[in-house]
Parts: sequence; C-alpha cells; structure tokens
Amino acid sequence: MTTVTSQEGVTFVRDEHGRVLPVVENFYRFCSEGKLMAVRCNSCAALVTPPRSICPKCSGNEFGWVELKRRGKLLTYTIIHFPPSQFQALAPYAVGIIELEEGPKLPGMIKNVKLEDLRIGMDLSVGFEATSPKEWPKWPRYFFKPAS
Amino acid sequence: MMGSPIASIVSAGISKFGVREGLYTRELFAEAAKEAFDRCPNLQPRKDVQALFVGMMSESYEHQAHVAPLFVDWIGLLPIPAFRTEGACASSSVAMRAALFSIASGMYDVVLVGGVEKMTHLSTTGVTEILAMASDFPFEQWHGISFPGIFGMMAVDHMHRYGTTEEQLAKVAVKNHEHGALNPKAHFQKRIKVEDVLSSTPVAWPLKLYDCCPRSDGAACVVLTSPKVARRFTDTPVNIIGSGQAQDTLGLFERDNFSTMKVTSIAAQQAYKMAGVTAKDIDVAEVHDCFTIAEIMAYEDLGFCGAGQGGKLIDEGATQLGGRIPVNTSGGLKAKGHPVGATGVAQACEIFEQLTNAAGRRQVSGAEIGLTENVGGSASTGVVQIYNRGD
Repeated sequence: MTTVTSQEGVTFVRDEHGRVLPVVENFYRFCSEGKLMAVRCNSCAALVTPPRSICPKCSGNEFGWVELKRRGKLLTYTIIHFPPSQFQALAPYAVGIIELEEGPKLPGMIKNVKLEDLRIGMDLSVGFEATSPKEWPKWPRYFFKPAS
Repeated sequence: MMGSPIASIVSAGISKFGVREGLYTRELFAEAAKEAFDRCPNLQPRKDVQALFVGMMSESYEHQAHVAPLFVDWIGLLPIPAFRTEGACASSSVAMRAALFSIASGMYDVVLVGGVEKMTHLSTTGVTEILAMASDFPFEQWHGISFPGIFGMMAVDHMHRYGTTEEQLAKVAVKNHEHGALNPKAHFQKRIKVEDVLSSTPVAWPLKLYDCCPRSDGAACVVLTSPKVARRFTDTPVNIIGSGQAQDTLGLFERDNFSTMKVTSIAAQQAYKMAGVTAKDIDVAEVHDCFTIAEIMAYEDLGFCGAGQGGKLIDEGATQLGGRIPVNTSGGLKAKGHPVGATGVAQACEIFEQLTNAAGRRQVSGAEIGLTENVGGSASTGVVQIYNRGD
C-alpha cells in the first residue's frame, strides 16, 4: 500500500505500519485535499472506487492508492424535485453517474449546468465544495460540472 | 418435469392497505394474521403454529425496533420463536425464504410468514429519508440522491438505450390502477388515464408522481406448511415449487448496466430451474413496480420479453387482465400500495387468491402457475418465487 504524504491538517486512517487504509473515510479525507483517489488491486490491477479491503473482481487484499484525473462522461442522470430535507433549498437539481477516464464510476450532483442542457455522454469534470460539514460524517462533497 | 413442492401455503390474510390512521405495525400485523387464521378453520394457531418469520424494513418509521416478540405477543402466540428479516422493500420475501429453509430442513411443519410497515403518519420528506437509507449512504444519500432519483436514472438509461417512452411508463401505472380498482384491499381503487400520469408533478424526471407507488400502511401474512401436512388444513393448498435470491451492489453506480436488474434475472433463473418451468409457463405474476420503470425492467429480466422490449409488451396489452401474461392483478405496488415490509408476502397472498380461484373480479381464469418478483433498494436484493396449485 502506498503511503501518501498529506498536507498539514489532514490525518488518515492507517494500519499499524502507518499505511493509509483502503476505506471510504480516507477517500473523503483525500477529497479534503482536492484529490480524487481510487485504489488499485495489486493482484488483478482493477481500479476500485469506493475503496475497500477485498477486491470485488478477484478477492485480492493488497491495494495501492492512485490519483484520478477528475474527468469523465455522463452515463445517466435525473432531476430531483422532491429531495431529502437537507437538500430542499437546491431543488430542482440534477444528479448523475459518471464514468471517469480511468474507468471507475461515481454518482453525484451535477452543478453549473442548465437542466435542459444535460446530455448522456457529455464531458464532466469533478470539483470539490469549498467547505466541509461540521458534524459527522464531515465528508467534503465532490460534485460534477461541465468540463471546461 | 415440474419440480416438487418445497412448502405449501394453506391460508393467506392481508390488511386493508392505505392510510390507516391511528393503527401501528402491531395492530396492522394482527389484522392480517387474524384474517389468515380465520380463513383456515382447521388451523388451531396456538397449537399448530411453531414459529413466525416477519419482514419489516425500518424501525425509524414508528420508533420501534425488536418487533419479532411484539408481533408474536399481539397475535397471541407467545412464546413461539420469531425471526425478523430486513431486505429493504424485499424484507418479507427474505422472511419467506427463511421460512422455506426452516420447513425444508424438517425443523418446522407449520409457520406464519408475514410483513408489515407503517408509513403514512410521516411527511413525504420523512418517508423519503427513511427509504433512502436502503441506498448507499456515503455515495448516494450523501449527494442528495433519493430513491425515485435512483429509479429515475435507470429510466433515463432505459429510454436512451432502447427508446422506451414516458407514455409506455405511464401505461404501467394506468394498467395497475385498472387492476387496483378491482381489489377491495387496494390503497387506490380508482382508474387513471395516460394523460393524468404525464401531467402529474415531476418527482425525479422522467418519473412523475403517478409513476411512483404511494407510501402506505399495511400488513400481509401466509400460513406456510410442509407439503406433507398441508392437506390437514385445506383441500386447496398452493405450493411453492421454485425460489431464488440474489444480491447486487448497494450503489447503482457500481453496476455495468443500469437498464437491467441482475438480481431479478439471476433469482428467476434459479427459481425457474428449481420449478422445472420457463417464463412461457407463467399464467399470472406479481412484480415489483415501485416505479413504473421497475415493472418494464421486470418483464425483461423475468424473460416475459427480450431486453429492451418491455415498452412494447405494455403497448401490446399483454400484461393486463385478459392478456397473455397478466401482471400485478392486485394493482401492484402502484395501486394496491407499498407498505414496504409487507410487499413480498402481499404478492404471495395475491398468487394464493389467483391459484385458489378466489380473486373475484380480477381472477385470471384457469391460472395454474404463478410467480412473484420482489426487489429491495435499487435491486440490491432480489427474490423470485414460483407457485402451482396443490389441489
């Protein structure tokens, strides 16, 4: 497992050897550094997001962290009109699933786009919210936006 | 050759589905159990029933966990053992499979299987949030993706891939309301038109209000026995001859194809093989139409038509009463209602009515073989079961 040097202030969940564990919490802690990360299985080379400790393709259990380029294409989407309460101020808003250039897929909110301009196959990039929630789970949110 | 019976349903009971003001899961569950007991005069519940298997999705709706002992108490059967299963909207189908195992193992001969949920006392937002718990928290819920949103993304994919239209989705709702109007236990018993669906409020485009099942209160129960004792209780048992179950990723985004429910196709293959039948042999089916797109995908994944042909199947009228393969004669989740934990067993109740010729105005004449398909979450859990007449 690759050890990653973090900027000051971000601490990662590590094993007893100091290696950054392939867990969801660390995915989001990387997001707080502006990095979109996946793990690569040492056995079958599959790129896996969300990170986990057992490879879904081959059951391998050794991984290294890989930084992704934050670019992808929209696979599908929808426009949410009745959101959960904490998102009510944003409705209607678009969410979708993108396939990143490196292969993994991610769901998320699509911002900075007119809803009528959404198209399957459109190029999107991944950005990060400027601030993180103060309460658990405090995960900084990534989002998608039209690629510049 | 048709498979041998794994277990037999000898009685079924279902509460009225809908807004059941002032009644909570314990009372709704007892209502369904009472009907199942009352319809089976040869059954002495306190003497005969050896265990309870019950599906319920969430304790959050009414702040009540540990419901297994509660329900046994409320149906007067203390101290028999009770098992509660959770598989989101497939919770009680999973309970039914656990009950099947208990009978197939020889451990029990007579058990009660049920499901229940109480939902309508909460606001739409409150229910939306609890239902969303069945999706992936860090990657779906955390980014504002609701359950209608997940099925909306499946619908957009299906429309893009196969040319399925919003009108075809609407026809599923129209058909199921047509059937629901014939079911006195259904939440909605009124007919609607395609235009009503198309002009209803958008929820998660392209899904509109009438593409979505309601939140409902309700419960359902069946008395399940080993085939060898079934005749003690009724002359017209319904046998379970095939049962399959599969799981998929919790997050929709991790899958290769958003236009298919792999759990349904895998569970169906298992169930067909066990039952020794094919899709062509099915006379009547109850499928999981939580959203209209889910019924279209179910047609395809169960093999009622080819991939991408679900829209055409509803256009042809094949799945309405009187059609080649009537689907959701109960009204489905759309019109009968969807108290999520109750749904799997409620589907089995409808097949019991159909195969005992007791479905009244919605009877499929000459129905011999029935099927139920119940999925949980974004089809992360799928259960398919096949039934035949045991008389």
